[in-house]
Amino acid sequence: MTDEQKHSLSLAVIEGNAVQAREVAEQLLAGGMAPLAIVDDVLSPAMDEVGLRYDTGDFFIPDLVMAGEAMKAAMEVVGPALKAREQVRTTPGTVVIGTVAGDIHEIGKSLVATMLEAAGFVVYDLGTDVTVETFVAKVHETGANVVGLSALLTTTMRNQETVIEALVEAGLRDSVKVIIGGAPTSPAWGERIGADAYAENARQAVEVVRDLLGAS
Amino acid sequence: MDIVTRLREGPVLVADGAMGTMLQDLDIPPGTPGEVLVMQQPEAILSVHRTYVEAGAGLILSCSFGGTRTRLAHAGLGDQVAEVNRRAVALAREAAAGHAYVAGDIGPMGELLAPLGARTYDEAIDIFAEQASALAEAGVDVLYVETMASLDEARAAVEGARQAAPDLPLTVTLSFDTKGRTNMGVRPEQAAQALLDLGVTAIGANCGNTLEMTEAAVRKMHDVAPQALLIIKPNAGLPQMVEDEIVYDATPADMAALARRLVDEVGVRIVGGCCGSTPAHIAAIAQAVS
Repeated sequence: MTDEQKHSLSLAVIEGNAVQAREVAEQLLAGGMAPLAIVDDVLSPAMDEVGLRYDTGDFFIPDLVMAGEAMKAAMEVVGPALKAREQVRTTPGTVVIGTVAGDIHEIGKSLVATMLEAAGFVVYDLGTDVTVETFVAKVHETGANVVGLSALLTTTMRNQETVIEALVEAGLRDSVKVIIGGAPTSPAWGERIGADAYAENARQAVEVVRDLLGAS
Repeated sequence: MDIVTRLREGPVLVADGAMGTMLQDLDIPPGTPGEVLVMQQPEAILSVHRTYVEAGAGLILSCSFGGTRTRLAHAGLGDQVAEVNRRAVALAREAAAGHAYVAGDIGPMGELLAPLGARTYDEAIDIFAEQASALAEAGVDVLYVETMASLDEARAAVEGARQAAPDLPLTVTLSFDTKGRTNMGVRPEQAAQALLDLGVTAIGANCGNTLEMTEAAVRKMHDVAPQALLIIKPNAGLPQMVEDEIVYDATPADMAALARRLVDEVGVRIVGGCCGSTPAHIAAIAQAVS
């Protein structure tokens, strides 16, 4: 029964069915499955599968959004159970993410945040049009290991560089890895402005951040 | 000649090139929307329009890509939809000076539709109708919906435009930038069929990723709808750093060759440029298709 339910939960996430994801997660908990195991053995691998399908061109933004919603619906019941049992998901790291100043593009950045959360990272999503000062303050406050900078315009991508410069000035650059992304950006741009890595999409972002932190 | 007759019977219509990337040399904060400049530095917008008319563009898009209330709200202009769009059209009309048609440009509203986002389909129709109404009242020759990624949003834009101006010609282009589809997963064939069913005047592809991907999308539209009037208005390739400048890697010659090919082989009726294209690109296109 449990194997069948685990499969059903995994499918619910992959297919983006939030109602089913929540229901099956509740059933698994009621049946005695450890909340941590639900996350590690079912939800995270399901989101990995979603990312893979995006990579192969089988999934697009709507699929990622719906899968993210299903994952969140399941976590709404699994999260409190984790807490009740004082189980803590060991996190591979803390990420501060946002779209740089002057730029209001939200979707890509939010997908990266969702995928990172699904992979176990603690994510602080600062939203769009985020000032340099806000990025620096949040990195300082949270002791983040990684900061993610999104830009969708050739005019605003220069602000990715501005944030990196400000991190240097604040003496934080050695303690935080910088990852960039967004349509007009590229690995070459990342190298030029002194970012640690570039990721083309949300799936790649998870891989790149794991690599940067030496986690697997 | 009205624009529909021109598209059906006249020579290929050359559209303008990029606006946003032409404004980067202005001393303005990064990311300042064109619509803010329409209000604050109209002479800069007028000047870009004029350089495209001089380069040979016969179709000028008003600087109103972000002229929906949802986008204008980010710049504190959410309550000035009518005024911003009216002024944008007036600038395009002034630059056209009788030598070019004026298209009322409508871009995506910048939000996901339900169930992916909070915005309902009916609200989206209303948002697009509000902008389309302002553009129509200002006197455009065509309503020009572009850079769509979601087919539902494109449909809402069409419905809104129809509500506001049932008799105006209406064109829709999408941005195919992800493995040959839009980032929302819409295939060119699927878009062509859906939009032609709605009776739009012309369809096509703009913005996008590589020139090749945008070209392939238009060819696929032609394959499933050989009778459709087609538009291609691609980015000038991809942005690269040269010295300290961000430049797009497709040359005027690259885009001219693409234009010539698509006019000859699939009968494309409107050819222009999107992000990164310049008057030099448009001049080369105009020469190639004349």
